[in-house]
Amino acid sequence: MLQGLWNSRIPCVSVILFAVGFSTLLLHRNLLKKIIGLNIMDTATYLFLTSIGYIQGRTAPILADGITDAKCYVNPLPAGLVLTGIVVSVSVTALMLALTVRLYQRYHTLDLDEIYMAARREENREDRT
Amino acid sequence: MKRSDLKSWLKTWDAGEFDFTAEMGKTEPEKEHPGSASEHPWKRRPVNRLEEGEIWAFRRIYPVAAALLCAVMIGFLLLTVEKLPPFGRADNPAHNQVMERYVEKGMEETGAVNAVAGVILDYRAFDTLGESHVLYTAATAVFILLLSLRGQKEPEAEKRIMQMDPLLRSTARIVVPLVIVYGIYGILNGHLGPGGGFSGGAVIGGGLILYATAFGFEKLEKLLNLRTFRIIVLCALCFYSGAKCYSFFCGANHLQTIFTTGVPGRIFSAGLILPLNVAVGIVVACTMYGFYSVFQRGRI
Repeated sequence: MLQGLWNSRIPCVSVILFAVGFSTLLLHRNLLKKIIGLNIMDTATYLFLTSIGYIQGRTAPILADGITDAKCYVNPLPAGLVLTGIVVSVSVTALMLALTVRLYQRYHTLDLDEIYMAARREENREDRT
Repeated sequence: MKRSDLKSWLKTWDAGEFDFTAEMGKTEPEKEHPGSASEHPWKRRPVNRLEEGEIWAFRRIYPVAAALLCAVMIGFLLLTVEKLPPFGRADNPAHNQVMERYVEKGMEETGAVNAVAGVILDYRAFDTLGESHVLYTAATAVFILLLSLRGQKEPEAEKRIMQMDPLLRSTARIVVPLVIVYGIYGILNGHLGPGGGFSGGAVIGGGLILYATAFGFEKLEKLLNLRTFRIIVLCALCFYSGAKCYSFFCGANHLQTIFTTGVPGRIFSAGLILPLNVAVGIVVACTMYGFYSVFQRGRI
C-alpha cells in the first residue's frame, strides 16, 4: 500500500490538492471562497494530467535538432489536454465571478444561506401579493 | 406585477428595448418598511419558524455530511491512485502508439517543431476551435451580466490614486512594451518552441491590463472599445472556423493552400499553425482585457 502510494506520489499530491479544493467548495458559505475551491480542484486536475504524461529522464516534446525518436521526449498529449482545461477553467471562473457580482448587487451579501433565505422570502412575498 | 405594467413591459419587449439586467438590478420598493432605508427589507422581516428550524438543522448536519463525503472521496481516490502504474516509467500504458505517432511523424506531417503545438492546432484543431469558442461565449455571458449596469459609477478616487502613483506609471512605462513584445514573441514562436496563442495572448492581455491600470482606460478606448472588440474577435474566430471547417465540405481532404508545411524550424512553416496561433492569441488577449475592464468599471 505505502509502496504503491510512494510509486505514484505526484498523483497522490494531486488527490490531496483535489480534496482540499473540494472541501473548500463544500464547507465554506462564502461564494468567493467556493470559487477559489473550484480553482484549486482545477489545478489538482492539471497536476494529475501532467504527472501522467511525464516520463523520467526525458525532455519536453520540442523536436530540436531534428531528433524525432519517441524515446527522447515526454508525452505531448496530456499537455494539450491541460491547455484545454486551463482555458475552460478561466472561462468558468469569469462567468462565476460575474454571477457573484450580480448576486451581491441584489442581496448585498456573499453568504449563500442568506441569499437563499432572502430569495425564499421574496418568493413568499410574491405569492401573498 | 399589475396588468398595465405587464402591457407596457410586453411593448418594450416587442420593440427589443427591454433591459433585463437593469430590471434584475432593481431592488424592491421599500414602501412597506418605513424607516428601513439603510437596511434591506428582508433583514427585518420575521423569519418563518419552520424555515428557521430548517436552516438550523441544515447548518448542523451539512458540515458533517460534507466532511464525511470529502473523507470518503479522498479515501477512494487514494485507493485508486495506489493502483496506478508507477510514476514516470516509460512503459506506462499512457505512452502508447498515439504518442509515438505524434512525436515521430509530427514534424513531417505538421511541420511544427513544438509537438504540443502540432497536436493542439493540427491533429486536434477542432478541440482548440471549441476552446476558443468557449472563451468567447464566456466573455459574451460576462458582458451580458455586467455591461449594462448604468447606475454603477467608476470609483473616481481610487482611479485618481492609481493614476497619480509615479511608481506605477514609471514602472508601467518601462514594462508594458516589454510585456507586449514578449507576448507577440510567444505567439509567433508557438510552433518553434514554448509559447503559443493561449500563453502569448494571456501575456499581451496582462500588458494591456497594466497599461489601463497605470494610464487609465480612456487612452486604450480609442484602440479597443466594444465595437472594435467585437469586430476583432469575430474576425479571428471566423478565420479559425473557416480554416478548419472546410474539411467538412471536401470530405476530410486537405486543400493545398499558400500555407505549406515548409522547412521545420523556419518562422513561416508549419502550415496553418502560425495563423491559427495569431487568431487564438488575438481572441485570448482581447478577452482577458475585456474581462478586466468589465469587472473593473462595468463597460469596455
